[in-house]
Amino acid sequence: MSGASPGSGADKRNDTLPMNSITASESPSSPSPSSPSQPAAGPRARRAWPSTRAWLAAGQWLVTLLLCAFLIVPVVMSIMAGLTVNYFRGVSSGLTLRWLIEVWTQYHDSVWLSLEVAAATLAITLLTGVPAGYVLARSKTRFARIVEEFLVLPIALPGLASALALLVIYGGFTAFRMSPMFIVVGHVVFTLPFMVRAVAAVCASSDLRTLEEGAASLGASFFTRFMTIVLPNARPGIVAGALAVLTLSIGEFNLTWMLHTPDTKTLPVGLADTYASMRIEIGSAYTILFFIMTMPLLVAMQWLGVDATGQRSASKKRAVSSAKLDDPQ
Amino acid sequence: MNDVTFPLRWRIALLAPALAVFIAFWLLPMGALAQLSADGHAFSTYRAMLTNPRYMSSLGATVVLSAAVTAATLVLSVIAGLLLARREFALKRTLLALLTFPLAFPGVVVGFMVIMLAGRQGLIGALSLKLTGDRWVFAYSMSGLFLGYLYFSIPRVIVTVMASATKLDASLEEAARSLGASPWQIMRDIVLPALSPGLIAAGAVCFATAMGAFGTAFTLATDIDVLPMTIYTEFTLNANMVTAAGLSIVLGIVTWAVLALARSASGSAVAASA
Repeated sequence: MSGASPGSGADKRNDTLPMNSITASESPSSPSPSSPSQPAAGPRARRAWPSTRAWLAAGQWLVTLLLCAFLIVPVVMSIMAGLTVNYFRGVSSGLTLRWLIEVWTQYHDSVWLSLEVAAATLAITLLTGVPAGYVLARSKTRFARIVEEFLVLPIALPGLASALALLVIYGGFTAFRMSPMFIVVGHVVFTLPFMVRAVAAVCASSDLRTLEEGAASLGASFFTRFMTIVLPNARPGIVAGALAVLTLSIGEFNLTWMLHTPDTKTLPVGLADTYASMRIEIGSAYTILFFIMTMPLLVAMQWLGVDATGQRSASKKRAVSSAKLDDPQ
Repeated sequence: MNDVTFPLRWRIALLAPALAVFIAFWLLPMGALAQLSADGHAFSTYRAMLTNPRYMSSLGATVVLSAAVTAATLVLSVIAGLLLARREFALKRTLLALLTFPLAFPGVVVGFMVIMLAGRQGLIGALSLKLTGDRWVFAYSMSGLFLGYLYFSIPRVIVTVMASATKLDASLEEAARSLGASPWQIMRDIVLPALSPGLIAAGAVCFATAMGAFGTAFTLATDIDVLPMTIYTEFTLNANMVTAAGLSIVLGIVTWAVLALARSASGSAVAASA
């Protein structure tokens, strides 16, 4: 969709100001939150303080555009850097795909590994998280609330701690330690709560109990009801959760850096390596590769109104998503 | 409450896989980590760690940095979020998409973005060289980390602010304005209180994420004195597993406590999204 393209337009007019977005915002920040003007502001309001309000609105616009520049200018810069022959001399040295090709020949393993890890993580979180989300949404007991509390702990605590804990207990099992499954396990622990919450949120908002009672009264077994009622109804949540899991797994670094071995380097690990030891053009080209990989997921999330916390920002597009979108597995 | 369509054995059966994964790969490892951190005599080990000035200054710096990032992010995001939530204008969807584009960036990429802005060959350095004759380079320090966490948090918080702002009742503000309230009074007495549950939740997540984030600091410089970096150095360079474990537990407790506090304050579910 129009949105996700990084470099379009809005940043250009502000490309001198990313740092000012921090400093400049401090002055207008205290008064300007009050500026949102009402569409229905009557003549009385306009007479009261026209200049103040205009000034505040301008400040609000300024902050917003500066923030936008702050977020997008470095993205555009890194894309340019990855395509320039020599970044020190600037774009005038010419554009080239050389760095991208070099990065691909050197690091394509990490791209495939990341995709494999993400797919495995998704499979496991689907198998374990979807039923769990459904149970937690249907159960109103105290025990269910406690279980829910526990299941989200891995995202409330720093990933570094989870990774160290995994190393302490499983680090000695060399075959497991050396295999990509070790990373998958870390990703599953970290992403499972997102799947559980997304599914539970959708299950809780639709009246599954009534539907299931109807089906049960007509003789449907539990398994039949689960396949024909629960899963179709939970589908928007499953899709949202799956997108969040894939995005998080592909970008996961905090755990992965501790868990990886020289043979199991995922994309973010490779990125960290390149940033530390290679010339800036290579790092930038590698970053472009990362953008290309996550772009489809981002577009899908934006389209469905899923935010990165794995919850649907609004239920408005639910009908659309369940009608049009196939599971991305 | 007995629910005939969902017998207990099915509940247990459906919950079991997730619980098994959680217990085997998080709860038990965490228990082992806690045990390791005690090193046989928990009290003296933890006392030694908690009175060590280097670790405590590192913890203090992390808390101050996270709090500063949270405050700055909330202020900036409220300003931009209110604008985006309440006005219709051309290219609004584009602007929104640009502001939320970095949502999927991991910490390492955020670090690289900071280097692009404020690094040795960064934009700010190049501009300041032209304007003042001085090359400003601050990416590889605490201020670079501040910039990075700001970069990471702003898109997330803007999304939350927009979600809360669309639920605001505009008639309250009109009433206040017709009674002669100034913009600042309306903001303080009506808009901010209405947004506050969402802001507290988003702020807590922002704080918790900044406390535990590792990738950005790792990309910028390995000698930035924040707790995750300290844990990492203890673990890899000094092979001091006991201290690394103990510090991770302390970091975990502080983060969890902030989230729990925020939740009791806002009354809604809060969880970190790293």
